[in-house]
Amino acid sequence: MHIPDGYLGPTTFITMYLIMIPIWLYAGYWVQKNLRSRQVPYLALAAAFSFVIMMFNVPVPGGSSGHAVGSALVAIILGPWAAVVTTSVALLIQCLVFGDGGITAFGANCFNMGTVIPFVGYFLYKLIAGKSAIASTRRIIAAALGGYFGLGIAAGVAGFEMGIQPILEYTTTAAGVQVPLYMPYGLNVTMPAMLIDHFGFFCWVELIVTGLAFAYIAKNSPDVIFNSKEIEKNAKPEASPGGAPA
Amino acid sequence: MQNRRPAREGHQREVMGMDVMGVFNKMDKTFRTLLICLVVLMLLVPIGLIATGTAFGEWGPDELQQAVGYVPAGLQQMTGLWSAPLNGYDLPGDHETIPTQTPGYYVSAIVGVVVAGLIAYGVGKVIIKRND
Repeated sequence: MHIPDGYLGPTTFITMYLIMIPIWLYAGYWVQKNLRSRQVPYLALAAAFSFVIMMFNVPVPGGSSGHAVGSALVAIILGPWAAVVTTSVALLIQCLVFGDGGITAFGANCFNMGTVIPFVGYFLYKLIAGKSAIASTRRIIAAALGGYFGLGIAAGVAGFEMGIQPILEYTTTAAGVQVPLYMPYGLNVTMPAMLIDHFGFFCWVELIVTGLAFAYIAKNSPDVIFNSKEIEKNAKPEASPGGAPA
Repeated sequence: MQNRRPAREGHQREVMGMDVMGVFNKMDKTFRTLLICLVVLMLLVPIGLIATGTAFGEWGPDELQQAVGYVPAGLQQMTGLWSAPLNGYDLPGDHETIPTQTPGYYVSAIVGVVVAGLIAYGVGKVIIKRND
């Protein structure tokens, strides 16, 4: 999902930078207000973990490949705004040091992988987890599904950004034919390609990683989870037998 | 991996002048376990080399030429805008097979983890002031 330089025209990549600037600023403000200094090592660990998880490329039928991102997990543990910061750091290194993802497309990539995944993942997790206990099976399933849909929806957003290029930016030949200047494929190709590859394959990796890591942290050190006090306060004192739909 | 050795009193346990085992032992258990998971993932990264296909929408100009019969003019102009030092998570040179790509992939994992970790740590240290 790392869009390289040349696939998005100026209209799109400038817009994506303009969208990201307030998101980065607010994310910094949120982290300052809500995290504590003992959580700084976890921020570092989260950025490093995101970087590594993206190195595990998964092949898909048809010759393409892709990977999980890990930012839904970070969103659930440290908060979605913290995940914006840690994923953006990992994406910056990937872009500058490894040429993975374009410099012009950095804003778009930070929006897709560093914003859409954390927020979709976190809100779906919250919705499904409801008032369940912190290490309950229901909450673990909620985290796993947050990872699955966070990544899949972000892939759809990336497919949309790429697919609108032939409509937005083209030259017209003498014969009146419109030739795309950037991504040559339209939405009819980019949307199904991105959605099928992700929901069919890479999202399952995200689901497993998010579910396993969340289960481990929730069972062993729930206090690491940024809103653990709130979760524990809201959790029903004792799971009413047969009451909670799992 | 010398920091994985059990630390005994009087035993050599410093790496680059830092008491690595001392720092490691002072971390809380969950953080230590997650750190070990991170190192295990780093050791396993060559698995990621099995997938050889280019991800959708990440093709080079030559791959696009083959697929659609031309290279879009704007894409041609912007591609190669930046030359990354470890481009493609590989050391310089032509590496076509997994065994020849593995060293570069390990170097990339180490560089990426250390740099991403340090930057995120630095950002956190600078902006987070709460101690409670």
